Amino acid sequence: MYKLPYKMIASYLPSLNIFLKEAGEIARFTGRFFTQWFKPRYEIAELLRQCFVIGYRSLPLVGLTAFILGLVLTIQLRPSMEDYGVASQLPAIVGIAIIREIGPVIVALIFAGKIGSSIGAELGSMKVTEQIDAMEVSGTNPFKYLVVTRVLAATLMLPVLVLLGDAVSLYGSWLGVNIRGNTSFYLFWTQVFNSITFSDVLPAFIKSYFFGFAVGVVGCYKGFNSNKGTEGVGRSANSAVVVSSVMIFLIDLLAVQVTDVLGLN
Amino acid sequence: MPKNFSLNSNNDKAESSETVLSIEHLYKSFGANKVLVDFNLDLVRGENVVVLGKSGSGKSVLIKCIISLLNPDSGSIRMFGSNIPDIKNDVLDKIRAKVGFLFQSNALYDSMTVRENLEFPLRRHWISVTQRQVNAMVQEALEEVGLAHTIDSMPAELSGGMRKRIALARTLILKPEIILYDEPTTGLDPITAKEIINLMIEIRERYTTTSLIISHDMNCVRMASSRVVMLIDGSCYASGSFDQLANNADPKVKQFFE
Ligand SMILES: Nc1ncnc2c1ncn2[C@@H]1O[C@H](COP(=O)(O)OP(=O)(O)O)[C@@H](O)[C@H]1O
Ligand SMILES: [Mg+2]
Repeated sequence: MYKLPYKMIASYLPSLNIFLKEAGEIARFTGRFFTQWFKPRYEIAELLRQCFVIGYRSLPLVGLTAFILGLVLTIQLRPSMEDYGVASQLPAIVGIAIIREIGPVIVALIFAGKIGSSIGAELGSMKVTEQIDAMEVSGTNPFKYLVVTRVLAATLMLPVLVLLGDAVSLYGSWLGVNIRGNTSFYLFWTQVFNSITFSDVLPAFIKSYFFGFAVGVVGCYKGFNSNKGTEGVGRSANSAVVVSSVMIFLIDLLAVQVTDVLGLN
Repeated sequence: MPKNFSLNSNNDKAESSETVLSIEHLYKSFGANKVLVDFNLDLVRGENVVVLGKSGSGKSVLIKCIISLLNPDSGSIRMFGSNIPDIKNDVLDKIRAKVGFLFQSNALYDSMTVRENLEFPLRRHWISVTQRQVNAMVQEALEEVGLAHTIDSMPAELSGGMRKRIALARTLILKPEIILYDEPTTGLDPITAKEIINLMIEIRERYTTTSLIISHDMNCVRMASSRVVMLIDGSCYASGSFDQLANNADPKVKQFFE
């Protein structure tokens, strides 16, 4: 008879408890965002600055990883495609894979690693050195000034980065196709665009907003609730990345169900 | 009878000066940890009261309640005609503009230059201030603390004593009527600490501010205080001038002066 490892399962229960508590806290924090973001005073200047910082700072990394991804994916897929005799469909297949799934998820994960951790560390160190308190006594609502601006900037910038990442990735793919074959730039893009439809692009684009929102909220939550001491700051940054990466996959799972129900697949 | 008595004492005070901050029956606890238990304190204009207490005794909690960074469980804190725990945000911001707060960890924004650090409270509190006025006030505040040359530095490039001075300049820039100092000399070497204390005394004389200083540094207490209040077990245990308390026989008071 096969026995369930009860002891092992039981040993996970306390962490389940912590997980649920944390999920509740993040939900409350998100609720606070929704009750605050539309009320004045609007921190437009800070929002624009954050958009620049968050979007621009991630560009090189997103570009590099997306380029390599498209190139490698193409090279790896070619043998199987040749086996099936459909090597000419390579641009179409890679295009769909990148635009529907790999582009948004990989760019969001890179974004979580780069921006989620930096927001977590920045707000965490501001918290432990009383800078957030200092803002509050200086006539500023720190939640609006720090959290709302960063969450909005992350939400608005990630879809843009995903679009750019997709484009760079497909350029990498074109180079990959041309290592062995010979496809003109024009033909490659025609093949890609012929194979994708609106219902491929739109869900991917929409879920990118949710990915960006998740990274922003989790990073800010972790930073805002940082524990005293420099060790607490490190932990905030670290868990911001871990939690937002997991959230990206959960949102992805949800999104695929939704598009399925809506008949967009 | 008690009513008469309080009336009398009020009259006495009115003759000498007016009360600018009055804390009554203040309670604050975190879960089972009772930090402040029936704390009472009156601050008279121009006074320099030092609150003396061991670390962890709730000194920071006390001044964070005063400026409404923490909400007390019960009790009243009256300042500029309002009870701080009751008021709305817009009134609170107006009061906060008149109360300076020097944080224990300085709380300088480390992503901003010294100039931007000093501009921050000005631009936030006084929305219609012009760039010219801002520049003049930043310059004046920095000269006050003797650090005009650091205007374009980042806080991380400065020494601990310099950062404390910049933080003090940022507190001063709105010309507050009351300044709350949270352990202004902790973490500084004795010479720098003395410089900061002298600066605090100078500021009080020049701007006629009232100050509430939180400290366990006896040098600071002796030099800067006109009155000392001892915070023990969450309430005001003893109060008086430095010399009065230094000669007090109570063992709980005595341990601070040994
Ligand atoms: N935000 C908080 N949450 C829970 N406990 C706190 C908080 N702030 C302070 N305390 C507790 O209140 C007590 C007094 O802290 P504090 O006022 O910082 O001491 P100090 O007199 O050294 O400034 C400590 O026991 C501390 O653990
Ligand atoms: Mg303290």
